[in-house]
Amino acid sequence: MSHGGHPVTKSDFVRAYRVMLLARILEDKLASLYRSGLIKGGVFLGRGQEALSVSVGISLHKGDIFAPLIRDQAGRMAFGDTVLDTLRTYLGSQLGSMRGRDGNIHRGRPREGYYAMISHLGAMVPAVAGGLFARRMRGQHGIVGATCLGEGGTSTGAFHEGLNLAAVEKLPLVVVVANNQFSYSTTNDRQFACKDLLDKAAGYGVAGHRAGGQDLMSCLQVVRGAVAAARDGGGPQLVVADILRLVGHGEHDDAWYVSPELKASALGRDCILLAEQRLIAEGWASEEDIKTWRAEYHKEVDEAAAKVRREPSPNPADEEWVAVSDSKVAEFFRE
Amino acid sequence: MSKGITYLEAIRAAQARALADDERVFIYGQDVGKFGGAFKATKNLANEFPGRVLDSPLSEDAIIGLAIGAAIEGLRPIVEMQFADFSTCGFNQIVNHAGTLFYRTGVPCPIVVRLPSGGTPGGGPFHSQSMEAIYAHYPGLVVMTPGTVEDAYSLLLEAVALDDPVLFCEHKFLYNHLKADALPESALPVGRAALAREGRDATVVTYGAMLHESLAAADTLAADGYRIEIVDLRTVKPLDTDTVLASVARTGRLLCVSEAWPWGGVAAEVIARVTAEGFGLLDAPPQRLNARDTPVPYHPDLWSSHRPTAAAIESALRRLLEM
Repeated sequence: MSHGGHPVTKSDFVRAYRVMLLARILEDKLASLYRSGLIKGGVFLGRGQEALSVSVGISLHKGDIFAPLIRDQAGRMAFGDTVLDTLRTYLGSQLGSMRGRDGNIHRGRPREGYYAMISHLGAMVPAVAGGLFARRMRGQHGIVGATCLGEGGTSTGAFHEGLNLAAVEKLPLVVVVANNQFSYSTTNDRQFACKDLLDKAAGYGVAGHRAGGQDLMSCLQVVRGAVAAARDGGGPQLVVADILRLVGHGEHDDAWYVSPELKASALGRDCILLAEQRLIAEGWASEEDIKTWRAEYHKEVDEAAAKVRREPSPNPADEEWVAVSDSKVAEFFRE
Repeated sequence: MSKGITYLEAIRAAQARALADDERVFIYGQDVGKFGGAFKATKNLANEFPGRVLDSPLSEDAIIGLAIGAAIEGLRPIVEMQFADFSTCGFNQIVNHAGTLFYRTGVPCPIVVRLPSGGTPGGGPFHSQSMEAIYAHYPGLVVMTPGTVEDAYSLLLEAVALDDPVLFCEHKFLYNHLKADALPESALPVGRAALAREGRDATVVTYGAMLHESLAAADTLAADGYRIEIVDLRTVKPLDTDTVLASVARTGRLLCVSEAWPWGGVAAEVIARVTAEGFGLLDAPPQRLNARDTPVPYHPDLWSSHRPTAAAIESALRRLLEM
């Protein structure tokens, strides 16, 4: 088991912080649009998990594979997702990558290695393994695939089957588990009985790493180390971080079941505030810099939201209503 | 063994050809490598195509999940479920991931899931199932049900060539029973049903192993002067309603025969379509004959009363002809 870090420079830290900040400001906007009734369906936020999530996205290269999950706005943006496409997907714009056919966190651009999650937890683990299997079969080496889960997702068969398969095939897969203490409302004592989720790594024959969930520097060092180990042929890597989800499961959930004691504990610290303290203590940024970035991101997010709200919704009359792609069979499905 | 190529050999030959013709194709599944598959459908392929025919762990969900990821990256995986029955353990990936990928993201999902399907004597509840209806229920999937050696070969090649996920329901009962002189050079377009026998008195719509039970029933009835037309669906999704309606227009009578369970099945779908779109063509109420609505029993005597047989089809047709 490695606790070792990978070198992280000032500019890495600043870049990661800025993505976290942008993700937080964007998610605050999503929550506000939801409360105004402008977003239909659900809004699922990553508040409190940005440090871990951004570390995944930022540690991957262009050409790698990433299947983020529900609380990975920061990781998605570090991997190349945009404010505009996030808003388009949430607001159901026809111009978004999902064209109103899917929404919220179920978005991606699979051709660019950014896989679009399905809701069924664990399902993306074998899918990313398959992407890596294919890349290897095509002679592409030095590729890494990563996917994220909560601790609840580790209870699924798909997680088990996928991680085991990836280990058998020695695929460069990094699985990052945010142990955020609650699967929706279910507490860890009703979720798993092993002493430590990281113990599972040994069971699959994969390397395990623990990241300090609220500490951006630790997350960057550990996740980068795991990604580098996978890229260097070390096979699958399991990263576990203990965190507290600082929001409900979705914005419809006020998380009344999270005790005040837990919120006040070390687990409940806000990773963005901790990162800001570090930036200032190290002299990597001033309060003035942070204020400027905040203002810049608020402006970007507000302008993008205003633009997307003017964009067309999908028109049912123009929809093809055909779910197959091949012209040899598609003709049979046209109404 | 007499000369000729079996249904199983046709499936093996189609996979060999797909591997030879298209470097994007690989085969993944339980025991498919050196062992050659539980039924030998991949016999010697691991030797002939090194590194492209690989054993998987016993993990149906991960097998399908891997195929989906590989398809996103541009490969053409063929995965074998050891028995169709076990595909329920990979059901989520098939219906929720493969079936939705193109509609959601615009990226096609060209995977072939081979399902050794249907009953054999002694197969029992978990090695005998016919899964075509449950997969046909979900959008985004193509479901093939070859009933001849020629179609086992040509439809499997079509399945690999299609950009969409294909559930390939190959019938285990036909594996070694059914033979053809040679592999076909050409085939009907995918999605087109075949007229397996021409007639004028009643239409049987069927597929898979039931094609042969239906042909045998038609032979018996021919001795009494009845001419039964038989439509072999070949693919149940897409379903070739035009060919079915054209046949019913000639005969005025319809019996649908399926080895699967009756509730919400392919036979029910065919009857719903004919009733809705061709009610005026019918001279008698459309009928269906399915397996009984119980798990598939183990004992061969129970099994042969559970699924439709030539004798059961013959008597269903006699009732229909008298209506």
